[in-house]
Amino acid sequence: MKRTGWLLRLELPSNPEILCVVRSAVMRLAEEMGFAPEECRGLTRAVDEALANIIRHAYDGRPGQPIEVLCRKLPGDSRGKQRAGLEIVLVDQGAAADRKKLCGRSFEEIRPGGLGLHFIKDAVDVMQYSTRDQTNRLRLVKYLPGANVESKIAKGE
Amino acid sequence: MQISTRRLDKTAIIDISGDIDLAHSTEVRRTVLAELRVNKTPRVILNLHDVNYIDSSGVASLVEGLKAARDVGSRLILYGLSPIAHEVLRLSRLLKIFEIYDSEDLALEA
Repeated sequence: MKRTGWLLRLELPSNPEILCVVRSAVMRLAEEMGFAPEECRGLTRAVDEALANIIRHAYDGRPGQPIEVLCRKLPGDSRGKQRAGLEIVLVDQGAAADRKKLCGRSFEEIRPGGLGLHFIKDAVDVMQYSTRDQTNRLRLVKYLPGANVESKIAKGE
Repeated sequence: MQISTRRLDKTAIIDISGDIDLAHSTEVRRTVLAELRVNKTPRVILNLHDVNYIDSSGVASLVEGLKAARDVGSRLILYGLSPIAHEVLRLSRLLKIFEIYDSEDLALEA
């Protein structure tokens, strides 16, 4: 993955205490890009939940493991082929996620756990997960209001 | 995050402030479960007025508390939900599952 051209790039350890810092950064970035307050909160929650999943599941709670957060603005074009929005990619070298678990649990089930993925899917337009060369990448995209939605979430694809 | 407990007769009021996230939800869970299972407090009220953020692990802690309360025949009540806490419970479709009040007075009267 190219390391250039990103609006924001954070390298952080897999420590839960750092999540509040990332939340602040993502919230501010989303605000600056013009997302509505509810969308800003949703995006922030999505990134926070995705990072929590990396810490808990990919790294099994081990602190000090590397995580990268990359954010870039997707410029729209006048022909509508590219929609303006925010792309956020989370990179880790932990255990790959079980794709069967990427669907989350039913809302009707009242039990602890499994909500994080619902929060992510609720907040973004695109969610793509991939693993290659022992590196996991979760790509989240949220389009700015007014941008045409070509395809809904690529959930777990 | 800060968490402290006040006691009024057979009620424990747990005041929480800050973020209930992956770094702190365990402490919330431990405090709530201890109040219900160890202290056997008949009514446990959570003051969420000063909670700035709550993630899915925080929601899970509340759900565990609710289940524990039901198991031991106690009540778990929430009050003073900040807009963000309210939004998360709404997204989780749990607003109708919890007993929720606007203020401490209303929670104590319930």
